[in-house]
Amino acid sequence: MIALALVGHSGALLHALREMVAQAAPAVAVAIAGGTAAGQLGTSSPGIHEALRAALRASDGEGVVVLFDLGSAALALEMALEELPDVDRALIAVSDGPLVEGAVRAAVEAAGGAPLAQVCAVADGERATAKLPPDWPDRPGGRAVAR
Amino acid sequence: MTDDVLVRWLRLAGAAVADARERLTGLDAAIGDGDHGINLDRGFRELLRRLDEGLLGSGPPAAVLEGAGRALIGTVGGASGALYGRGFQRAGAALLAPRGGPAGAPDERSREERAVVAFGAAVDAIAALGHATIGEKTMLDALVPARAAFEAAVGSGATLGAAARRAAEAAEAGAQGTIPLVATKGRASYLGERSIGHLDPGAVSSALLLRALADAATGA
Repeated sequence: MIALALVGHSGALLHALREMVAQAAPAVAVAIAGGTAAGQLGTSSPGIHEALRAALRASDGEGVVVLFDLGSAALALEMALEELPDVDRALIAVSDGPLVEGAVRAAVEAAGGAPLAQVCAVADGERATAKLPPDWPDRPGGRAVAR
Repeated sequence: MTDDVLVRWLRLAGAAVADARERLTGLDAAIGDGDHGINLDRGFRELLRRLDEGLLGSGPPAAVLEGAGRALIGTVGGASGALYGRGFQRAGAALLAPRGGPAGAPDERSREERAVVAFGAAVDAIAALGHATIGEKTMLDALVPARAAFEAAVGSGATLGAAARRAAEAAEAGAQGTIPLVATKGRASYLGERSIGHLDPGAVSSALLLRALADAATGA
């Protein structure tokens, strides 16, 4: 089964997100890398590297979808990916989807047995998924995302 | 570059970052997430600890640069740690890169020529990892003109110390030049035009590091 790796600035945020993911898809393995080694807000490419390796092991070689938050997370993730051998790197798909919605959506897809590209695609798809109902009142500037 | 200059540089850089910690954090609070000074100071403290404990500082310059980069990458926690760390690592790797001639032949380049290669590799690595270029209100606005000034000075026969002073001056001017720029990279880009009128903290810290190099190379 595809596993997830969640990357961000806050360990507390990612621990909580992992709980949300487990509620939706308890069978899916989720590795997290949040905060610095000293427990402060920030990202750490060695920590991300470890989480990627843990997720790869948990997926039994099927593959890992990565979701990340803002700022330096993409940079640190890029460095962590570069440290992996090509054979492992090929099993990892990085999603450009939103961290929370993408992680929950991807986990549900992974739990259904979907392959790597499909799990990543549904996480990416959350970028364009409207969260507000179409008749939501009083929204300045109208709808951000078309339904 | 001799090991002496390199280690002296790392120590002076660590001291300069510690001195500027509050100022850098203040600059970052204005347009970013307010942690640049704190993060960089944490990284350089760890780097200095490794120097003090002999875990870093011995061996060829390439190994010292690689180890310095690793210390920053593992502890800084922000984009600056990844960028500077990668810069140090690639500077070290560039010193080991094949340079023509028979394998195993002694390195006949002057320390200035080797420093040009290392400096260039660092700036290229930072630009590549940051997916950034000059004019985007980043550390590259200090580093790119500094690299050009350093290369030009070495090309006209300057010593390492003189070339590093020219680089530091160019970096300081480049950092000042970030004030009217709009940030398009990093957390500052969230502010859009409101980032105008502020110094870029990364450009300021880059100028600090190069001023420390100039001081280290001239024995100041």
